[in-house]
Amino acid sequence: MRRFTWFNATALTLGFAFLYLPMLILVIYSFNASKLVTVWAGFSTKWYGELINNDAFLDAAWVTVQVGVVSSTFATVLGTMAAYVLVRVGRFPGRTLFSGMIYAPLVMPEVITGLSLLLLFIGIGLDRGIFTIILAHTTFSMCYVSVVVSSRLVSFDKSLEEAALDLGCSPFTAFRLVTLPIIAPAVISGWLLAFTLSLDDLVIASFTAGPSATTLPIKIFSAVRLGVSPEINALSTIMIGIVAVGVITASIVSKRAAVKQQQDEQAAARAT
Amino acid sequence: MAQTVFAPWEDPNEKPLIQFKNVTKRFGDFTAIDNLSQDIYTREFFALLGPSGCGKTTMMRMLAGFENPTEGQILIAGQDMAHVPPNERAVNMMFQSYALFPHLSVWENIAFGLKRMKMPTDQLTNRVEEMLRLTRLTKFAKRKPHQISGGQRQRVALARSLARAPKLLLLDEPLGALDKKLREETQFELMDIQEKTGTTFVIVTHDQEEAMTVASRVAVMDEGRIMQVATPAKIYEEPNSVYVADFIGDVNIIQGKAQKTSADGYDIHWADGHEPFHAKTSLGLADGQTGFIAIRPEKITVSADKPEGAMNAVKGQIVDIAYLGNMSTYHVKIPGGLVIKAQAANTRRLSRRAFTWEDEVWLSWTLTAGSVLSE
Ligand SMILES: Nc1ncnc2c1ncn2[C@@H]1O[C@H](COP(=O)(O)OP(=O)(O)OP(=O)(O)O)[C@@H](O)[C@H]1O
Ligand SMILES: [Mg+2]
Repeated sequence: MRRFTWFNATALTLGFAFLYLPMLILVIYSFNASKLVTVWAGFSTKWYGELINNDAFLDAAWVTVQVGVVSSTFATVLGTMAAYVLVRVGRFPGRTLFSGMIYAPLVMPEVITGLSLLLLFIGIGLDRGIFTIILAHTTFSMCYVSVVVSSRLVSFDKSLEEAALDLGCSPFTAFRLVTLPIIAPAVISGWLLAFTLSLDDLVIASFTAGPSATTLPIKIFSAVRLGVSPEINALSTIMIGIVAVGVITASIVSKRAAVKQQQDEQAAARAT
Repeated sequence: MAQTVFAPWEDPNEKPLIQFKNVTKRFGDFTAIDNLSQDIYTREFFALLGPSGCGKTTMMRMLAGFENPTEGQILIAGQDMAHVPPNERAVNMMFQSYALFPHLSVWENIAFGLKRMKMPTDQLTNRVEEMLRLTRLTKFAKRKPHQISGGQRQRVALARSLARAPKLLLLDEPLGALDKKLREETQFELMDIQEKTGTTFVIVTHDQEEAMTVASRVAVMDEGRIMQVATPAKIYEEPNSVYVADFIGDVNIIQGKAQKTSADGYDIHWADGHEPFHAKTSLGLADGQTGFIAIRPEKITVSADKPEGAMNAVKGQIVDIAYLGNMSTYHVKIPGGLVIKAQAANTRRLSRRAFTWEDEVWLSWTLTAGSVLSE
């Protein structure tokens, strides 16, 4: 048995401090009454109030949410389809190549992804704006969705689909009525992951954003270059909150539901 | 019996429902089904029997449309099924693994196939209720598959495949997880359904008693081939090979050299210095060829003295007795070391008259009791 020792406690504290101290400081200073970031002058929520009146930030936030929702939805559809084909359609020529290619963007430096997308958009004469950011985010987050969904599909009992076909479903109906409901937790957590990734992204967005639309991370980044204001701290705190909620929900949804579903499925698949 | 015997396979005018024509199925370089040809007729109850891995499920899956033959053709009702997808075949299959939908209740599982047929709601409800009653699942209708027992799941799978009343029903070990009583009831239920609906059944079973009870014909398979197809009685009484004889029920196999004595009579010389056994067969064996006598334990008589005029008699010593209640099986060692099983009904309670261990007894059987086999 592992026991709780002082060494463990110290390691844990140090590790978490390393991870979360910077964020904690940011959160604390977002409630600072002083305009000076480094001087504590009492608790206040006025920066949150001021944020609401800052149109530039609000616009950027709205763009970010739109991009997040739309791109993660596209990414989920495409990623699920890709995962399904790669896991299900057994062997076809170039399968290994395809499955390798779908995961390549995961390890590709974002700068390169961003740059290549930028070149593409310029090449085909697409004006940069919210639409191009959505395209770009869909492109890179669908790989993540595909990874999440295919790991679920691998353990999915194929005979369930066969049973559906046997009972008169077309392949698409079988997918819709049997496969999808069963893998839904993985698909949902894939969506949440894609959404969070999209909220986070600075690099790819800065390559593909245009004058007509900027996302929040870009806005923050450029504002910070002119000096950190408590307003930005407040904004960042809100983002941390959203992302944290997203990630935690994603992990809870996928963990709990996937475990349960899988148990159900195994129980249903085996005799006694 | 006055009624005509159901034997469409003997009628040359009868059109088979299912035709396997030189079907071979390979997985990589493993041959699961090896150049198999077989006809199955409408209203048949066709049982597939064979050891694990011999290709029973593979045959079913080809009929259901989940696998395509590597070579050869499968015809259903005269139509080549090569390019007909599973959902367009009037075939339903009950999966060996049940494959129940975990996210749907028992009720919805059974209704699933009916909904795809666009059956009107009231009709659908009736049908599902009927299936639930038939499989005694009414109480569990609202439960999910993981909330019921293994035997109940098996019944859900059965109900689900029966619900659509298909022309051809494939059952892959449908009753394995049921207790004996429920299994027998379900067997009769199946036969009843078949009687009423005229559905053709292909059923896989590991239980030869089940095959004997329900089947119109039994196919014994080995390594992707069908070794023999015949009615249950025929396969039991007249197996065509040692493999089939051994697979169906208990049997004694005595090996020896054959010698022709008359048109269909043979002597099997099973040990030097002992009188050969006599048997009849229509099989043509060359003199000196290795032949086998396959004889069922219940066809051998055990007696204390040599029976008068017995065609085949041999003396031996009882090495073991298995008491089965209504029967006893005597294991008798005959010269040469071979142990022969003989079964006798325990008609009398006089235990003191029964034979016991170490007793010397005579085993005897008639000329036609055993079958002569060449392989
Ligand atoms: N998809 C597959 N890929 C490779 N080999 C397979 C595949 N499906 C079946 N086989 C092989 O084909 C052979 C026949 O399998 P099948 O499932 O038909 O056996 P079975 O007679 O139903 O056995 P059991 O009584 O154990 O269910 C087996 O040796 C099995 O390993
Ligand atoms: Mg099988």
